[in-house]
Formats: sequence, C-alpha cells, structure tokens
Amino acid sequence: MIDFGFGLSRSSAVRLDEVDLTLYRKLEKLEPGVRTCMSCGSCTATCTAGPWSGMSVRKVILDLQRERASAEGHGEVRKMLSACMLCGKCSMVCPRGINTRHLILSLCRIYEEKK
Amino acid sequence: MIYQGKQKIWSDYQKEIPSDGWFYVRSCIRQSFFPASEKYFLAICRDLLGKDIYESEHHTTCGGIAYHCDTIPQETAMTIVARQFALMTEAGYKNLVTSCITSFGNYTEILETWREFPELEARIRENLWKATRREFEKPEYVAHASDLVYKFRNEIAERAKYRLVDVRTGKPLKIVEHIGCHYSKMFPHKGIGGAEYPCVLSGMVDSWGGEVIDYPERRHCCGFGFRQYMVKANRGYSVSNTYKKFESMEPYHPDAIITNCPGCPYFLDRWQYVISEQTGKTYGQNGFGIPVFTYEELAGLVLGYDPWDLGLQIHQVAVEPLLDKMGVEYDPDAKYLGINKEKLMKPALPSCLKCF
Repeated sequence: MIDFGFGLSRSSAVRLDEVDLTLYRKLEKLEPGVRTCMSCGSCTATCTAGPWSGMSVRKVILDLQRERASAEGHGEVRKMLSACMLCGKCSMVCPRGINTRHLILSLCRIYEEKK
Repeated sequence: MIYQGKQKIWSDYQKEIPSDGWFYVRSCIRQSFFPASEKYFLAICRDLLGKDIYESEHHTTCGGIAYHCDTIPQETAMTIVARQFALMTEAGYKNLVTSCITSFGNYTEILETWREFPELEARIRENLWKATRREFEKPEYVAHASDLVYKFRNEIAERAKYRLVDVRTGKPLKIVEHIGCHYSKMFPHKGIGGAEYPCVLSGMVDSWGGEVIDYPERRHCCGFGFRQYMVKANRGYSVSNTYKKFESMEPYHPDAIITNCPGCPYFLDRWQYVISEQTGKTYGQNGFGIPVFTYEELAGLVLGYDPWDLGLQIHQVAVEPLLDKMGVEYDPDAKYLGINKEKLMKPALPSCLKCF
C-alpha cells in the first residue's frame, strides 16, 4: 500500500434500495405526519436541548429513513431522544405542522418495545 | 397537471442559446489535464459544423481558481475578467463561451454582482483603464461550451460514426453523468434544466444512444472542492468524496462517466488509482476502472476521431474497454506515440488498477 500522506474515510454513500425501513414504517403508523417532513431543520434550530446535548429531530428522522439508526447508530438516536425535555418548541415552528412531540414519544415507545 | 402548464414550467428550465458568433475562452487547468478537449471542441463546432467561434491568444486565466482557493480577492478576479471582456469587445463579438465550469460560474457571478452593485463595475472599469488602457462592453450572453455541444447534439448524432451502444450485445451503454458544482448550483436559471433537472450531459448521452444511470449520489461533488484538494492536509476529504460517489454508482455497473467540469474528470479519473492503491478495490470489469471522459472527448469518439488524437492515453484509467464495447477502431501500438510518431515514454503501471 502506498502512503499518499492522506487517508480515506469510510464511505457514507446512501443505498436507498437496501435500507431496512421497519422502524420508520412503525413510526409512520404511530405519527403519519413524519411523511410530510422536508428536513428543513427548523426543529433542530429551535431545540433548547440541541446546543448542549446534540439533540436533533431532523437527524433522528433522517437516521431512521436511511437506516443509520441500525447497529451502533441506535445508541446515538436513543441518546438524542433521552435529551428531549418535551418543551414543544419544535412543534410550534414546524412549517408542516408535524406534532414532533408526539413523534418523539412514539419513537421512545418503539424503542421500549424493542428492549 | 395540465399539459400546457407543465410545458410552461419546463420552459423556465431551458436556455435560448445563440447558435453563432462566439468568443471562446479556454480553461487554465484543462490545457494541462485534457489538452485535446478544447482543440476538438473547436474542431467540431468550427470546422465540422461551420460555426463562427473566435479565440484570442491574448486571453488569460479568469482568476476563478485563485478566487475559489481564497488566494486573490474578488476585485482582482473582476479586473482579470474585465480584460477578457475587453478582448471580446475588441474582436467584435457579443457572446462569450467558456471552456471551464468555474470560469462560467465566475463570469456569471461577476455580471450578477455588477448588476446589483453598479458602483463596483465603475471601479473595475477604472482599474482596467489604469492598468491596460482598455474598455469593454459586457457580453450579451455567457454560455458554457457544453451548452453549445448540447445545442448541436443532434447534428453530432447525424454525423456519428459510432454510437454509445455495446456492439456485442446491441444494448445502450450505461453512462454516469456528472454536471459539476459551478454549472447550475450557483445560478440555477443559467444552466440547462436548472439545478433540479440539469440535462446538459444526459441530453447528449440520450442523443448519442446511451442510457443515463440515476444513482443516489448522482449530484454529490466529485471531490475537487478547490481547497479540499489544494491544501494537502485536506486531501482526505477530496478522495473520500470521490470514494462515496464510486461506492454509490458501483451497483449499477456503469460503462463510462461523462463530465462537464475541468476538475471532475481529473479527480474521478486519478482518484480511482489512489482508491485502488489504498483499498485494493477497482470499479470497472476485470480489474479495470470506469473510464472518465470530458463531453468533447465523448463527442469526438462518437464522431470517429482517433482516440489517441483525442488525448485518451493521458487518462489514468484505461479507456480501451469502452472503445472495444463501442467498436471504435484504434491502434494499441500507437497509444504512446507523439505527434510525429516519435516514441514517448510509457507510464509505470499501478499495482491494483489494471491499465495498458
């Protein structure tokens, strides 16, 4: 192997055909509003817990849609969810009117079932 | 949706490109990376199709590469561009066609900035007068060279000697197209198809008989990113971007990649070698890579120009697998012969990536 003086990161290419959407489909049933999310990030921008805990509703949804929540990723999603204080500011700013508080609670319930 | 309404929306994504009377400006880096591309753009448009395209030996870099690398301020780039406009005005042309995507983005950005801030344009005019005693008129139309090839794609198809079809199976070749960031991401209405449906390259591929591959990371950056590559400490970002694209396109088994920008073919081509040396992985069939072409090179191949005259021996990834699929006639022994048939040196072969 040649040392070029720089390395290669693991590929983060998204393979949409191979994504296991089981968790996301469960969430869709409990909170259908998640389908209308356009990943604008308003929820994350306004999140009180975000700056100190890394909580990001947008990232949680994207992780589920792209199966990044699988394996080691689940730990990150659970950690993000546990930082939520259910203040509801994200629900107030969502341009699509998604009940994000219900979305987060529903996801917590799915993870409780998985235990 | 009502058909007429759909047509009206689509018309917003189109460009009215003048067919004649162009002042051509070359790219600073393409002349070193893919020197025959610009020559064959002129050969196709000027000599084959009979269009009026003029170039001046006095033009220089547009300064875009230094501007995007943060080594010169925009005012310096503007004065350089003002000088190019002065050359165009002196030659009596009103339409500017650029060889390079970054030049295209740079010229467009500067014209838009002057529209918003006329006092800045006045200052640049003064700078140019003080430095060179030149004056200029702004171009009526700025196009990228691929816009012209797109416009003439059907005329090229009519004169084609080969098609983007596998002669052994009769099936269309699978082509990945890569637009380049500065084409329509900066000013979407300046690109054919806008930022959402850029069809400048896919239109060429369709006309010449190929099949365009749609894959998840199709619009991802090639990895050049200027400072991502220019600063050695950042080169890991550059090659990782390219790696991500290849991992994403691999399951679709592309036969070739067509590119729009000076940086994209270079990095999609050369990084395949680096990735193969670092991971042992190659993305083409039988240990070869996926050949990467500029749009002029692919147009030249379709029209039947000699692959070695098109400069395809300069590529890192071997192009022969695609030439064989298209049925292109070529002399393998002439690959490393110079203009006067003198023998050039043969490059060293990589340890993983199969080359000739």
